[in-house]
Amino acid sequence: MSELLQFAFSGLTTGSIYALVALGFTLIYNASDVVNFAQGEFVMLGGMVTVFAAAAGFPLPLAALFAVVVAVAVGLLLHRLAIEPARGASAVTLIIITIGASILMRGLAAVIFDKNFHSLPPFAGSQPWQIGGAALLPQSMIVLLGSCIIVCGLWAFLTHTLMGKAMLATAANRLAARLVGINTSAVVGLSFAISAAIGAVGGILAAPITLTNYDVGTLLALKGFAAAMLGGMGHPLGAVAGGLLLGLLEAFGAGFVSSQYKDAIAFLVILAVLFAMPQGLFGKGAVERV
Amino acid sequence: MRVDPSAVERASQSGFAAQALHRLGPHTLIVAVGLIVVLLPLVLPSNFYYRVVALVFINALAVLGLNLLMGFAGQVSLGHAGFFGIGAYAVALGPTHLGTSSWLALLGGVAIAGLLAFVVGRPILRLKGYYLAVATLGMGLLIAMVFSNETAITNGPNGMPVPRLELFGWRLSGPVTWYWISGVSLVLGTWVAVNLIASPTGRALRAIHDSELAAGVLGIDVARYKLLAFVLSATYGALAGSYYALFDGFVTPDAAGFLRSIEFVVMAVLGGLGSILGSIVGAAILIILPQALTVFHDYEHIVLGLIMIVFMIFLPNGIVPSLQARLRRRRT
Repeated sequence: MSELLQFAFSGLTTGSIYALVALGFTLIYNASDVVNFAQGEFVMLGGMVTVFAAAAGFPLPLAALFAVVVAVAVGLLLHRLAIEPARGASAVTLIIITIGASILMRGLAAVIFDKNFHSLPPFAGSQPWQIGGAALLPQSMIVLLGSCIIVCGLWAFLTHTLMGKAMLATAANRLAARLVGINTSAVVGLSFAISAAIGAVGGILAAPITLTNYDVGTLLALKGFAAAMLGGMGHPLGAVAGGLLLGLLEAFGAGFVSSQYKDAIAFLVILAVLFAMPQGLFGKGAVERV
Repeated sequence: MRVDPSAVERASQSGFAAQALHRLGPHTLIVAVGLIVVLLPLVLPSNFYYRVVALVFINALAVLGLNLLMGFAGQVSLGHAGFFGIGAYAVALGPTHLGTSSWLALLGGVAIAGLLAFVVGRPILRLKGYYLAVATLGMGLLIAMVFSNETAITNGPNGMPVPRLELFGWRLSGPVTWYWISGVSLVLGTWVAVNLIASPTGRALRAIHDSELAAGVLGIDVARYKLLAFVLSATYGALAGSYYALFDGFVTPDAAGFLRSIEFVVMAVLGGLGSILGSIVGAAILIILPQALTVFHDYEHIVLGLIMIVFMIFLPNGIVPSLQARLRRRRT
């Protein structure tokens, strides 16, 4: 029983990070029909910039804030320089652009920072709590709570502010949104900025547990995409549910089946979802217009 | 009804390329590639250059297969390196663990890759766009993971040595030998590709590329032709992978990795999807550039990423088709 609980805790923790990445994917996809393969790099930036800013002498909260600002700036640059000029291009072109952006960011991170693994000091002490025979790190609790707050904050923003409603409108029908006077280009830029911020915060919260490195972005992006697809592409709630579910599947798979092929689980999930229920858990069946 | 501008442009672009090709005759390309292979040694100063060009030919062979799938059949594959890796590891594992000859292992690798493509292809090719891209990506990554994790057989991430190819007791190794092997194979591969494209099968593939629905309405068995393109691309990839491993004498799981898959896609798109010559040009650029930039080895990823972004924004059709379009415009 305690073993199950342990796997559940670890699964929920990593699942929260996947959920945040998946949420970022969903936001951008909803606003612009672009799947941003560079999403994982925002998480990497959050962690790495915080580590290096803290090492440079900034107090931790300031370093974290700086990291989020940097990530948002990078997200806006990505939108302005890489996505906007290629608007209307085919799916293959956009895929290559965003993968290229992710490789570029990774290369820059390797050069500007370094290739080592780094960690941050845990925010609330490193003594694990004993719950039901399983150990739960305080940092894990912070990750879970932080993700909750972010999701709730995002929901509040989308449904109760004018800008948020503009984003929902753009996602529903781009042309109609433009017709009522919404600056859709600004909305897409905002979606990039918010996704970057979400990813960066996830990276900062997770760095004390999972360590951060210039390379973490790639696999995270793929797993986040798997989570988004599992929940239903374009469905924010589905993205969160998908992320948590994927984290749990990975943890239990690693525990009971094979820890070597832990990463394979995400891809098996993708393949299973694509073949069995392409619309995901929460999505509606796609209607193809002829 | 929304008209996809990129599809219209693509259709007209294939029109240009097809017309240019028709004027010259489809076999001119084969002769051109053959001439390049035969005449290049006259200008190559040293073994190092032979090695680089041999690598270009090997990669061009893999990219040619990918181009058949992406450029002509219009599908996306981000897992092409998986087949490359299967070919590479086949010639490593076969002689080492099963005692087979390298030739048999090479054929076996190609066969296994083709079989895998056949089995996996049917369900995967039902997907489109991003979903197909990610499914193929997942497939490629799973293959790489198997090679990396099964340390007992493959020696894991450290890689394993590959016994050299032998012909009647004579070891086939060295840049010059492999230059000729890969060059001749590339010419043969081009010959197959050109003939395929000029055949009814090729026309069916192009029809599927332009509109799967219209092709189906015309009576083309869309699923069958997509599967054919997928299996063919897998065999090209596996053959190239075997050559790569035999040439290098060593193979690591990177041969099947994500970055290699992306490099193949970039080579194909850079040179021009739907252009056979483009595959060779794209491979040449992406192989020769890091050699020229060995000083900046750390910046390799940065340059690769920048190339991907800049070219996709400004030259989305690739180099060769854009040049052909320019020449055509100048002619009229």
